[in-house]
Amino acid sequence: MAELHNPAIEVGHDTHVHGHDHHHGHDDHGHHELNFIEKYIFSQDHKVIGKQFLFLGMAWAIVGGLFSIFFRLQLAWPDESFPILEWFLGSWAEGGKLSAEFYYALVTMHGTILVFFVLTAGLSGTFSNFLIPLQVGARDMASPFMNMLSFWMFVLSSCVMLFSLFIQTGPASGGWTAYPPLSALPQASLGSGLGMDLWLISIALFIVSVALGGLNYVTTVINMRTKGMDFFRMPLTVWAFFFTAIIGLLSFPVLFGAAILLEFDRLLGTSFFLSDIYVAGEALQHSGGSPILFQHLFWFLGHPEVYIIILPAMGIVSEVMSVHSRKPIFGYKAMVFSILGITILSFIVWAHHMFMSGLNPFVASIFVLFTLLIAVPSAIKVFNWITTLWRGSIRLNPAMLFAIGFVSLFISGGLTGIYLGNSTLDIQLHDTYYVVAHFHIVMGLAAFYGMFAGIYHWFPKMFGRYMNSSMGYVHFYVTLVGSYAIFWPMHYLGMSGVPRRYYDFSVFDQFNQYADLNKFITIAAIIVFAVNILFVFNFFYSIFNGRKVTVLNPYGATTLEWTTPIHPGHGNWVGEIPAVHRWPYDYSINGRDFIPQTEALGAGEVDDHDHGSDLPNAGSAIPGKH
Amino acid sequence: MNTLIGIVAIVLIFVIVFQLAKTSELMGILKGDKEGDTSESTNNTHGFLMMFLMITGLIAVFLGWWLVEDKLLQGNRNFTPASKHGDSINSMFWITSIICGIAFVITQALLFWFSYKYRARKGNKAQHFSHDNKLEIVWTVIPAIVLTVLVARGIETWYEITADAPADARIVEVTAQQFNWTVRYPGSDSLLGKREFELISGENSLGIDWNDAKSHDDLMPTEIVLEKNKPVLFKLGAKDVLHSFYLTHFMIKMDCVPGIPTQFWMTPTHSTQEMRDLRGNQEFDYELACAELCGRAHYNMRFIVKVLETEQYNAWLAEQKPFYDAIKATLNPAPAAAPVEGAAPTEATDSATVTPAVENGSVGTEVESKKNVISSL
Repeated sequence: MAELHNPAIEVGHDTHVHGHDHHHGHDDHGHHELNFIEKYIFSQDHKVIGKQFLFLGMAWAIVGGLFSIFFRLQLAWPDESFPILEWFLGSWAEGGKLSAEFYYALVTMHGTILVFFVLTAGLSGTFSNFLIPLQVGARDMASPFMNMLSFWMFVLSSCVMLFSLFIQTGPASGGWTAYPPLSALPQASLGSGLGMDLWLISIALFIVSVALGGLNYVTTVINMRTKGMDFFRMPLTVWAFFFTAIIGLLSFPVLFGAAILLEFDRLLGTSFFLSDIYVAGEALQHSGGSPILFQHLFWFLGHPEVYIIILPAMGIVSEVMSVHSRKPIFGYKAMVFSILGITILSFIVWAHHMFMSGLNPFVASIFVLFTLLIAVPSAIKVFNWITTLWRGSIRLNPAMLFAIGFVSLFISGGLTGIYLGNSTLDIQLHDTYYVVAHFHIVMGLAAFYGMFAGIYHWFPKMFGRYMNSSMGYVHFYVTLVGSYAIFWPMHYLGMSGVPRRYYDFSVFDQFNQYADLNKFITIAAIIVFAVNILFVFNFFYSIFNGRKVTVLNPYGATTLEWTTPIHPGHGNWVGEIPAVHRWPYDYSINGRDFIPQTEALGAGEVDDHDHGSDLPNAGSAIPGKH
Repeated sequence: MNTLIGIVAIVLIFVIVFQLAKTSELMGILKGDKEGDTSESTNNTHGFLMMFLMITGLIAVFLGWWLVEDKLLQGNRNFTPASKHGDSINSMFWITSIICGIAFVITQALLFWFSYKYRARKGNKAQHFSHDNKLEIVWTVIPAIVLTVLVARGIETWYEITADAPADARIVEVTAQQFNWTVRYPGSDSLLGKREFELISGENSLGIDWNDAKSHDDLMPTEIVLEKNKPVLFKLGAKDVLHSFYLTHFMIKMDCVPGIPTQFWMTPTHSTQEMRDLRGNQEFDYELACAELCGRAHYNMRFIVKVLETEQYNAWLAEQKPFYDAIKATLNPAPAAAPVEGAAPTEATDSATVTPAVENGSVGTEVESKKNVISSL
């Protein structure tokens, strides 16, 4: 296998069974000792890379979250002056008031940062890297070097985006969707100057990062599963990361193409997306292009992107729920096939973002059909999660609470999708706060909750210590109540017709009725932001001072990551990689709390996850079949 | 100062939470809490809290709706859309709301109730229940059927709304630009004259081809005026970037795209005065807004739309003078030749048709001061 040729991987090197200090007490075979830089900076260890994605994702989450607080201040108190804004933003907020131009820049950056850097890189990057090799039983990714490059391309992309925040004309301000002509014409908006070039470069680099990572995830899952790890013995986390990577590999390159073409229109005078434009006192040469073409290309990524964000969270939640309910995930195969169904459908629903763009109404109706169809696998997943809780023995720790919170948000946000996916209703609701509420709940918050569930759950595996659970509980309750308080009322704004991306509502009588509600939302946002800073504090404090892990498998989980040492080194297992004999959800079976995947089947026992219901006296059981 | 106090308060709360959290962790270890597990009392506390949150949450959802209902358009039992198709959209909204509302309450209630009921405690043992095909088929088929109904009804309504406009529909052309709207009505021939974006200039903000005689009777009023119960077809376009023609009370939204004509037709059912009486607000006006981010003053593209009774409408129409009459004197040489540059903008034209933004051609702050910008800028 590839890693055998890689000097960075020495099986058993630096692996500790008892969790004592890293650098002592090991027999030395005289092999190459990794220095600090190789071990923690340019590391090829998938676990370190996963943590690197997490750290950088967290940093971006704080920046992106702070930006949202800034523009929420403007919406709540449009006439007030906030010296703190001037302190942070300088001339963009002269006299403590955000300029309209920079308001839109902040909105654009908030969206870009959260969607790409936090919820794609920070979520999928972290957990795909950390968990895939550990859960399928591999010593590392198929190509550790490419994996490292994937992270450093993300760093590079981040640097470019960060740099764009400090240039004179400001960062891109045409929305995270970057629709041309606005994004193509520096005459039309300050943010469409250098800021837009940097935005496009940053996104292009980011796509390279996603592609390098995704190739690794897919290859690792297909080729590097340990002995006995059939596809249908993989935990749902791995299934979710696998499909996520496939979606990313198929859709991100399309955005890459769109970004390059847009840059051509900007720099070389081509007309892919531009035609018949009169701006800044002159008629432009561009002719024959279509702004709507860009929307097609953008949403061909943009819609699958929301599944790239939500699928890993779904996988994490399935796993966390099963472990802490002490029950198998209900309908494992249905869960796998609904992920597959979502994956396929995610590619044929993109135009539901474009019902009002001038699309042919017949074409729109096809997209209505597929869009509402995607509610079926989503509904199956929700019912399966709820049934997983039924007759469980649930540990209500912070990871589990966030998993339950995820399902609650996914229900709330998923149901509003049934409104928006219906082109008839979209006529009125499109581009209103209803949309803002919908996607923040179903994709933003839900994905964050999945990420939190994953962090609380696997923190012991990542750092050999536990996070403080009392702070975790405070974090959960304030976040749950607060995030509903922020986004639920936005439905009401949308139902009143209030459009999104408005710097000031006071121009319109119809939109100017909610001054108090806007203040309420902003205050809730500040509180939620603050409590998430508490989470970040808990995270870093616990890395160094948390309660130590002293047992290999503290949760009594069945999956392979808990068979590694408390502080697994590069290579994950000391000695041979364990073989797998059963599916990952043998909880509360045969009179036992759980049976690990590594335990051989007993005499006469079958790996029975795909057989009939084993609920005693369940009338609906169909034994021996599936 | 307030900010500082706020930050200090938050830090203090942090310190307190942190100290309590640390203490409770140590207490737990002393009491012998097993790592990776949660104690029964912990599960009880959080089970009850989850139950409490679910109940208060569901109450808050409905109470919140009831509190704001008067301000809502959709979701307001007294809301009367101002257009014919608005009624179909509104009933689609109610049907969807009832279905989703039921699904919402049931699933949220079960989720939190199970979290509470099956919390780990003495006497509660988990049951291995990996799947049940019948159950799974049932909850695949039911959503599928419900969604089929919603899709069928949705698409049917959608086709009705997007069908071709009736032959007698009046045409109103609306062109968007940063950050205003320009309106054009065909004159007595019911036909709009040709336009070409390359002909746009300060005096000819739409780039109308004056050689086309059909343009000579076109009207360019400063407001959109519609006749009640008469279908109207909006022909939409944009000069610079994307905009979106959004009439919230009529439930219309359609992007305005440079280079690609779009359209939307409707029948207004309530005159402005009727809507004022209905809403008990004599200040009320139908407002046109931009719904597609178009730059720094995107939020500031308000334009008034009036709906008049037939007699009033006809009276208004009779007052309108063709735009061409006002400017033909300035065209030099006369209309047969190509349009001319350098002619002074006539004061006779309306400010809305020659907007500062275009004249200026800049995105600098000075543009805004000329506009009817709200004070807070």
